[in-house]
Amino acid sequence: MRFVTAAALSACLAVPALAAEIPGLPTISVERREQVVRDGFRYDKLAPELKARIEQDDTQRLCTEYRNEPPPEVAARIEKAALDSIVFPEDGKFLGDWKKGEALSLNGYGLRMGDDPKRQVGGNCYACHEMAPTELSYGTLGPSLKGYGKLRDYAQDAIKDAYIKIYNPNATVACSTMPRFGAKKILSIDDIRHVLAFLFDPNSPVNRDE
Amino acid sequence: MRIGRFLAQCLAATCLATAAAAQSENPLEEYRRLLADPFANPGYLFVDRGEALWHQKRGPKNASLEQCDLGLGPGVVEGAYARLPRYFADADRVMDLETRLMWCMVNLQGFDEATIKKSAFSKRGGQSDMEALVAYVAEKSSGMKFEIPLEHPKEKEAYALGEAVFYRRSSYFDFSCSTCHSQDGRRIRLQELGNMTRQEDAARAMTSWPTYRVSHETLRTMQHRMWDCYWQMRMPDLDYGSELSVALITWLTKNAEGGELAVPSIKR
Repeated sequence: MRFVTAAALSACLAVPALAAEIPGLPTISVERREQVVRDGFRYDKLAPELKARIEQDDTQRLCTEYRNEPPPEVAARIEKAALDSIVFPEDGKFLGDWKKGEALSLNGYGLRMGDDPKRQVGGNCYACHEMAPTELSYGTLGPSLKGYGKLRDYAQDAIKDAYIKIYNPNATVACSTMPRFGAKKILSIDDIRHVLAFLFDPNSPVNRDE
Repeated sequence: MRIGRFLAQCLAATCLATAAAAQSENPLEEYRRLLADPFANPGYLFVDRGEALWHQKRGPKNASLEQCDLGLGPGVVEGAYARLPRYFADADRVMDLETRLMWCMVNLQGFDEATIKKSAFSKRGGQSDMEALVAYVAEKSSGMKFEIPLEHPKEKEAYALGEAVFYRRSSYFDFSCSTCHSQDGRRIRLQELGNMTRQEDAARAMTSWPTYRVSHETLRTMQHRMWDCYWQMRMPDLDYGSELSVALITWLTKNAEGGELAVPSIKR
């Protein structure tokens, strides 16, 4: 009896299935949505570089359409295109300076309206990931990267996989939440090498216990 | 009378706060608790300035806002914010509080819309009339629950549009609103993120705006919150009062329905 009451009560308190409860909601066409978005940023008055921020590329368009859960054949297409987009370091060296990588991981500056385009754009890894155990201000949108290199025995394949993941995470999983740092030219190849060193250098605080 | 009630509330809150202070061991919680003390909330200065602005004859037409219809009839301020956004026949569009105030300032007082938009968000230490007016009107719904009509076809369209836009990815980082706001219990750095597809989280967010932002040294509104999110998403400046902004606010407010307003709040 008590259980029944509790169940009934929790059913009342349950989160409403939001849109489903509102009758007569119209379907919004892609054209209508895009028109509202463009108007919302006064698209016609913007410089080309800012117009490009509003326009969706194929990956963004498909991931929006499927709300990040594309059917297998679409996912395969996105992953193939992402893999094709990757430019590897010409000299075959993946690891830079872990101290520079740490600075990039902490740095969230850049590409916002009003940001100085001459200043270094950060990777802002700590916004979403735990990295060095000594840094307590980390986000949890992405998985913990604590001990990343050590846990993978600093293997060459793991380093290459991480390069691919940072350059274009859609090559690993279609419609990843993570930005395409290389493919969208947020970070340079050298920047990515520094971040990789932060993840894979045995002396990096990421791979130290304290 | 109003000030008297405010003072009494503040004194009571201060006493309770002092009693609780010794028990708090988490510095972050302690900081948040201190912020929640209404006696220390400069947001109420904006409420008072907004009240004066509402009644004052201003603009090229030398008119007050006392005949402004916020949805419950001309001049009705009490409870109006808890019923917005909604469709307004005279403007033939869905409006949130700020769009509606702007409409009244243009049509009743003769102010120029572009000028209002330019000064809607105050600079550090600046004085935005809009921020003060929003504080005044919203405070008159404090303690009430959000409940918006969503009956008119344009209100329904605004809700559906808001949801569609919430999931739209773009710009350098491929972010959509949902990137940060569709999962439970996540953080950016130490900042907790609300899951706006859940009533509890949407309510926690929507019932605490407008808010006095300590780091901004001013009171911030929901339009500013939308602009700020897009700024973080590396998008261009969101147009103040745009259909896009109102659609998102409509979707969020509907999701927050049932949440009880406690404004102006104070945040870091």
